[in-house]
Amino acid sequence: MTDNRHAARKEIGDVAMGFGDDAGNVGVVRTEHVTFDQPGQELSLEGGGTLAPFTLAYETYGTLNERKDNAVLVTHALSGDAHVAGRHSPDDKRPGWWDMMIGPGKGLDTEKYFVICANVVGGCSGSTGPSSENPATGRPYGTDFPMITIKDMVNAQMLLLDHLGIDKLLAAVGGSMGGMQVLELAISHPDRAHLCVPLATAARQPTMAIAFNEVGRQAIMADPNWRGGHYYGGALPAKGLSVARMVGHITYLSDEAMEEKFGRRLQDIHDYTFTFSADFEVESYLRHQGLSFTNRFDANTYLYITRALDYFDLTRQHGTLVKAFENVKARFLVMGFSSDWLHPPYQLKEIVSALRATHKHVSYYEVESHYGHDAFLLEREKMEGIIAAFLASGAKTYQR
Amino acid sequence: MQRRIDYQLIEDLVPEGATVLDLACGDGELLAELIAGKHVRGSGVEIDQAAVEQCIARGLSVFHGDLDAGLADFADQSHDVVVLSLSLQQLRRPRMIVREMVRVGRLAVVSFPNFAHWIPRLQLLLGGRMPVSRDLPYQWWDTPNIHLCTIHDFRKLCREEGLCIEHELYLTSVHRDPPAHLVAPNLLARIGIFAVTRC
Repeated sequence: MTDNRHAARKEIGDVAMGFGDDAGNVGVVRTEHVTFDQPGQELSLEGGGTLAPFTLAYETYGTLNERKDNAVLVTHALSGDAHVAGRHSPDDKRPGWWDMMIGPGKGLDTEKYFVICANVVGGCSGSTGPSSENPATGRPYGTDFPMITIKDMVNAQMLLLDHLGIDKLLAAVGGSMGGMQVLELAISHPDRAHLCVPLATAARQPTMAIAFNEVGRQAIMADPNWRGGHYYGGALPAKGLSVARMVGHITYLSDEAMEEKFGRRLQDIHDYTFTFSADFEVESYLRHQGLSFTNRFDANTYLYITRALDYFDLTRQHGTLVKAFENVKARFLVMGFSSDWLHPPYQLKEIVSALRATHKHVSYYEVESHYGHDAFLLEREKMEGIIAAFLASGAKTYQR
Repeated sequence: MQRRIDYQLIEDLVPEGATVLDLACGDGELLAELIAGKHVRGSGVEIDQAAVEQCIARGLSVFHGDLDAGLADFADQSHDVVVLSLSLQQLRRPRMIVREMVRVGRLAVVSFPNFAHWIPRLQLLLGGRMPVSRDLPYQWWDTPNIHLCTIHDFRKLCREEGLCIEHELYLTSVHRDPPAHLVAPNLLARIGIFAVTRC
């Protein structure tokens, strides 16, 4: 009796301590790399020139079926990487950045779908970017790295799909910059994805987002360690990158989320210190976010990727948004988030209206959330049923 | 949600192959029937998350939105038919939405429970209480029906808005099928179904 009770308690304890939460998760995963160095695999860049050879880091979860019609590409946002789900080792504390959405029985169900995520070209998490070695000099590219656009990121991922033997995705899903990639994919590769799910994004980078990005870039370039972008091997422009991340991070939250998360609470003190140290919790949080970001992210990649975001403008590229979507074949589920002030719902609705104007199949869902832009990374319950339903019903109309 | 009693009549009013927008489309039952039976190009507007999910699970195109905010996301004359089934009485600004329907669509099909039907009339007249019936199944304190009207009221609204009534159909308590002609519809119709256009 005593033993039984002890055993039962242990079980409950294990679940509470997190041992139980691997059910529904993809488990331990590893990042793969593929280098495109064959003739015909050069990446022709929108801004001119080519990038070759280049490497993409990617992860996959689930199994590609025989018909190869169950592949789902997840595209990541500014600071994301290929590690979207699972853990890199059993004692890895941090799962992938969208682990809540990917796994057995989750929104992107790995029992049904073969999920792929690649670090974008220009990135710093295994794919070729400014911190990679320039074959012409044998040293890191730095700012000699060519300018990269959202279209270039998408084109690079199409080579990855070729490599994996997938000619048409069941779906492409992504938030923020990932959403821009999804839109670009639907437009420039209309035969390569049957379903598109852009979240918390826009058809053109809004002015306010360009403005915040510029503040971030100026912070990096003002760091004396930046040295024109050729800082590798020396001190890193960590202070500048950290400030850039702090600014960015503010735009991912919301007034309400910040009031709730931090309020005016003080950090480990009872009264103001009357100094410039981090008295407030929100200051301490941002400093921590900024600093920890510098451990995993390259300052030049931050410059390049924010530039890619700023240059994204489907209207400029195609004349009108309606024209941009004219040749799109995919079915769309567009999702906005009520308190997102980086990409407010009206920017998502613009996409919906333009798709509707050319009689495309499009649904719109607005998630009620106070988490701001970050909501797409947090609101699992409000998103996963709808995304799962869209993929399941959409799979029935998949055709090559 | 289930098939509403007015769906068959609404379907009869929708031309084959039309572009249809169903407002407050619920779980998408009517749209699915119209797509299967009338080969329409259909989409819906719905406010409820669970209902939106059901629409998407059916493979329908649905817009998650609040009709009380109007149809600003829909272009002028972008649809052949705009439908509003048994929901007019639940909107905060019913007059605005009727106006929006004929802006977005060439034909607006609106159905609503007729508050002047003899059952609610008698309940109020003889019982002295707010009517509760199968068409108006709520108590006064929890009803979502905040803008009830009668057949006469709706005709008056159409006159004031400059709308021509193309069809006016009724569901009654006694007729299995909708009567071709109904004497005193304001007294005998449970449900009124109007198809209107801008004159």
